[in-house]
Amino acid sequence: MMNAYIPFASEIMEVIRHTEKEYTFRMHFEGDVKPGQFFEVSVPKYGEAPISVSGIGPDYVDLTMRRVGRVTNEVFETYAGQSLLLRGPYGNGFDVDLYAGGETVVVAGGTGVSPVRGVIHALSAMPDAKDKYVIAGFKSPDDMLFREDLKTWAEKLNLILTVDGAPEGYEGNIGLVTQYIADLPLRGPSSAKAVVVGPPPMMRFTIIELQKKGFKDENITVSYERKMCCGLGKCGHCRVNDKYICLDGPVFNYTEGKLMMD
Amino acid sequence: MGFVMSAQGFDQVISELQKEYRVFAPVCKKGAGRYTDTDVVMYDEITAAPEIDLVHKSDYSFKEFLNPLSETLFFFTEQEVKEADLNKKKVLIFLRSCDMHAVKRLDQIYLANGKEEDWFYRRRRDLVHFALIGCQSTFENCFCVDMKSNQMDDGYLFSVDCINGMYYSDVPENSIKGIFAAACETEQDVSPCFVTENKVHVTIPEDVPFEILKDSLWDEYSTRCIGCGRCNFACPTCTCYTMQDVFYTDNGKVGERRRVGASCMVDGYTNVAGGGQYRRSQGERMRFKVLHKIYDYRKRFGYDMCVGCGRCDDICPEYISYTNIINKVNAACEAAKQGAEEVKNG
Repeated sequence: MMNAYIPFASEIMEVIRHTEKEYTFRMHFEGDVKPGQFFEVSVPKYGEAPISVSGIGPDYVDLTMRRVGRVTNEVFETYAGQSLLLRGPYGNGFDVDLYAGGETVVVAGGTGVSPVRGVIHALSAMPDAKDKYVIAGFKSPDDMLFREDLKTWAEKLNLILTVDGAPEGYEGNIGLVTQYIADLPLRGPSSAKAVVVGPPPMMRFTIIELQKKGFKDENITVSYERKMCCGLGKCGHCRVNDKYICLDGPVFNYTEGKLMMD
Repeated sequence: MGFVMSAQGFDQVISELQKEYRVFAPVCKKGAGRYTDTDVVMYDEITAAPEIDLVHKSDYSFKEFLNPLSETLFFFTEQEVKEADLNKKKVLIFLRSCDMHAVKRLDQIYLANGKEEDWFYRRRRDLVHFALIGCQSTFENCFCVDMKSNQMDDGYLFSVDCINGMYYSDVPENSIKGIFAAACETEQDVSPCFVTENKVHVTIPEDVPFEILKDSLWDEYSTRCIGCGRCNFACPTCTCYTMQDVFYTDNGKVGERRRVGASCMVDGYTNVAGGGQYRRSQGERMRFKVLHKIYDYRKRFGYDMCVGCGRCDDICPEYISYTNIINKVNAACEAAKQGAEEVKNG
């Protein structure tokens, strides 16, 4: 029997720096993986951290990390020219085919953009990309992730880029992601689909706005972040009611997600 | 077939079995209890039969061999990740009926939740065999009858009941019958004792409506519960753990990865990097724990997690009664059901 706890070494192919604290590590990986799935990134002697897949290529996965904990701090210190130990991918991930044909709105906040980056890529390549909307919010202009992608997305689909606050003279949108939902020029909100990922309060208020706009719960998809030590359904930390975020999620239809109470 | 032995005969059986098994059993530790001059009964590897405490319910459960409080998984050197060794000798664990029912719950999580078996649990589980301790009468706080874990009909090598100084064993395992036959006074049919009546009763709600999760019944535990986690550590069905990496101070290039027991009642259980935390109050944590034991686990696997051993009630330093909570939840569920029906009937 395979020991699923043993990590494998993956070469760091490239490091893309977004902000002071947020880098994308392009890691060598060949195998099935979907946007929204995650890997356990392991730094021996410091521990493991679940990091969601922010990009997928023929021989790599992108892992966007924010330097906020013991493990990620260490990754940032020691990455140069090295490899990282990984386990995964874990979780269900997004089913991008759900969004082929029809109006779709993705609302993502901060590092919540990472797990849906692959979804947005797919949307921007769809023939009806003009029916796809992305509202991406960051704390400040300095905290923006995937700047190159943001430019591409702005050309191909309807991107609303916003920041919670900005220094004087900033010309872009300032405001929370929630305030743009009411004005989305949708033809049929009751059949439109939505994807919501971000910090818990942002998700809560975004869903309220979507419901007001006429979105049906069954057309809303959410992705939840929780503490995960194993990714295998054993350690228990990510359990909510009868669901294990690492096995049954992190992606849930909101009809299921709304009945999950921590 | 069964055997009746004197203390000396039982002694002989255990020392024979020790040639093949490491024997773990409840042991009374004198003066090591939680209060001055009290004892504690907990599991330990024994060297001889008289060390086995067949009289008391153990304060902590048998799970510590299968699911140790702290277990080293890997050793790291600069280039290598190596699994920690484990003694391969077979293990015999003495436990009671409720605990044998708990084994099924541990197996469910570690071997059958998700696609992968837990490698470290599997290698321990494969070594383990059980000896069933009969229960001649109920202990304080037991509610095994209501949880249907009071009786165990198979899965053990042999049972033992000590009655008036004589040891009664049912021995379904053929390969060890000879050991018993050589040590016994008489051969006769023996069935392990089990209780049919407890002093404590619970009614498990069939369905827990969503509104019960927001009910005010949980609020009092925010002030009463101190979040020490003893209930989880004493529980035979709690399986949660946290990964922990350590490195050695005298050689920083070498270290190990461990897993240590985790408690959903203790601060930090849900903390994510960056400061996020999901159940902050003890009331919310109590709800999370209790509903897992009597509802959420059943929704996922089809039977209740709690086996009714009552150790959580025995060990709580704040005298919080888990069985009381179950009954309160049930009353709230009944009230909600009645309320819903009244609304329906106008």
